[in-house]
Amino acid sequence: MRPMIETDEHPSDRNAVVSRRTLVRWRPKGLHLAVPLLVLLVVFFAIPGLELVRRSFFDSSGSLSLDSYVSFLETPAYRKILLRTFVVAALCTVICALFAYPYAYLMTLSTPRVRRILLVLVLLPFWTSLMVRTYAWLVLLQDTGPLKSALNAIGLGGLELIRTTNGVLIAMTQILLPFMVLPLYNNLQKIDRSDLLAAQSLGATPRRAFWRAYFPQSLPGLFAGSVLVFILALGFYITPVILGSPQNSMMSQLIVRQVSERLDWASGGAMAVVLALLTLGCIVVASRFVKVQRAFGGVESGEN
Amino acid sequence: MVDHDPDDVLELQRICKQYAGTDTPAVEAIDLKVRKGEFVTFLGPSGSGKTTTLNMIAGFITPSSGRILINGRDIADLPPHKRNLGMVFQNYALFPHMTVWDNVAFPLVERKVPKDVIRSKVAAALEMVNLTGFEKRRPRELSGGQQQRVALTRALVFDPPILLMDEPLGALDKKLRQRLQLEIKRVHRELGITFLFVTHDQEEAMALSDTVVVFDRGGIQQIGTPAELYRRPQSRFVAEFLGDSNLLDGALRRVDGRWVLEAKDGPVHLDGWTPPEGVTEGQHCLMFRPEDVLISDSADAVDDWKATVREVVYLGSEERVIVATQSGGTVTVRLSGDALRHRPEVGQIVALRFSARNAWLIRPDK
Ligand SMILES: Nc1ncnc2c1ncn2[C@@H]1O[C@H](COP(=O)(O)OP(=O)(O)OP(=O)(O)O)[C@@H](O)[C@H]1O
Ligand SMILES: [Mg+2]
Repeated sequence: MRPMIETDEHPSDRNAVVSRRTLVRWRPKGLHLAVPLLVLLVVFFAIPGLELVRRSFFDSSGSLSLDSYVSFLETPAYRKILLRTFVVAALCTVICALFAYPYAYLMTLSTPRVRRILLVLVLLPFWTSLMVRTYAWLVLLQDTGPLKSALNAIGLGGLELIRTTNGVLIAMTQILLPFMVLPLYNNLQKIDRSDLLAAQSLGATPRRAFWRAYFPQSLPGLFAGSVLVFILALGFYITPVILGSPQNSMMSQLIVRQVSERLDWASGGAMAVVLALLTLGCIVVASRFVKVQRAFGGVESGEN
Repeated sequence: MVDHDPDDVLELQRICKQYAGTDTPAVEAIDLKVRKGEFVTFLGPSGSGKTTTLNMIAGFITPSSGRILINGRDIADLPPHKRNLGMVFQNYALFPHMTVWDNVAFPLVERKVPKDVIRSKVAAALEMVNLTGFEKRRPRELSGGQQQRVALTRALVFDPPILLMDEPLGALDKKLRQRLQLEIKRVHRELGITFLFVTHDQEEAMALSDTVVVFDRGGIQQIGTPAELYRRPQSRFVAEFLGDSNLLDGALRRVDGRWVLEAKDGPVHLDGWTPPEGVTEGQHCLMFRPEDVLISDSADAVDDWKATVREVVYLGSEERVIVATQSGGTVTVRLSGDALRHRPEVGQIVALRFSARNAWLIRPDK
């Protein structure tokens, strides 16, 4: 249950308003239930994370400096990797959304039986390990593999798959798809479909009805799914390692290389911090956008 | 249509609908003419095809056969957004992500009405339903009654020739229902457009309508004014569905020039009653409304029935008394005015007398 702490006062009401909002005060009574997980998170996530941040601010001689940040941001090769990581994550998010939206929409239209089948199909990948799925993609993406021959057949044989960003993107999209479908379906399933009929009865074509009456209501779910996919894609490691190549590496690979091959904790830490900050920035900007959308849901508003 | 009467806004001609995968039609051969400015109500029990019929008019459902004419024109090939009909949904279907203002402006924006016209029209429409000051609220920040009024305004702001409403008051409590009924009636009077209203509440239908169309099992049972339906129901179904009724079955005879109904509990003398054209002696069913049954403490006439009071329902200005006759049947009696002074007690033996003046003969169901 979502705690709703809302007051029910509409002083301007002339008629006694029986608002549907309920006044529910949420008291965190069961907080102690979260203690084991909190301890786990602090010990294995917060402390090492902070330690990494701390190390990023010291140079090899042990004195406080921003050298790691400066050299990371000044090295063109690194900047290119950073950019590639964001582009791949963004593309992955967009493609996931394009596939997931019609799928989730179909789920809301289906009979319960078909809906269950569709849901299982989405969840199926969760039941196999990431490693297994990535190796499966290794087979599928081979130059002699089925995907490549299909591309050859339609005259797109020039598109390289294995050991390129293309291949990584395809596999990542498939692997991350459930993270888009589930929040989106959860949102769509709550939208009242009679809004579509209402919009049509009010003069909107079916297409306009969808874009004006339905789609804006699905933005929270689309946003939630996008954030999940985007963040996961930014930190994806195994898939790029197996399917990509060092020439096309992504940030996670670079960070691992700094830390485990060159034992340069400072520059690995700096990269991780920059990646985390940029991710956070993206989310903040995106959430602004969605909030604004909700606030001005309609195309026209009374004042303009 | 050559013989189209310009006063008929809407005409249904033998409309049928059979949903795929079902073996009985949801709507069967419905014929209906609606005149301009009329307040027509579809009344019927659940599943009788009211919504199906309304949705065929709105264009959301394609009829299996038959024609729908609006102002004499067949609208079969018009999609819903081109039919220009206002519609209020049972759950209102207000757009939750839009403000009240944007909801009401929606149909005008879709029609590409100039902005300043939109502004004045929306403001005027909101004022008509007393919602000025609520423009910036979202639907969920309104009470049920206010949401209802926004839905009504949104469906009317583009001046449709017909307003369709599918159980628009179904989700509201009784008090609010009655207030909104008055409001709907006022809006209808002020705008003078045709209203098509669906309900399964017979009191609501009676209170609002010029014409009530009684639906049952996909067909129309009867069309008439509320008074016609109440006083002259054409079938047992209509008699029982609208208001309380006492249906007495028995042999109708003519004794010494007077009509008598020989019912199970005794004869009912029908002084002053004239049978409808073509009715002869034989088995028949007569309807007496509760206000046409008199109750008294002691039997003073020979043909009064003896009955036991089972229940007394206090309704403020009147009382409903349910009595059991000797044969085990029940009769509902309405007491009002002076009659309330001697109210019967539960268990008391009383005498019943039927006032024949308003007795109505129900034809057997086809
Ligand atoms: N989409 C559908 N598919 C199959 N049968 C349907 C469908 N919609 C309605 N029906 C059936 O058609 C009949 C008429 O339904 P309809 O919704 O028109 O009734 P109604 O008079 O509006 O009832 P209510 O008062 O409960 O709203 C019912 O028997 C219903 O089960
Ligand atoms: Mg219905």
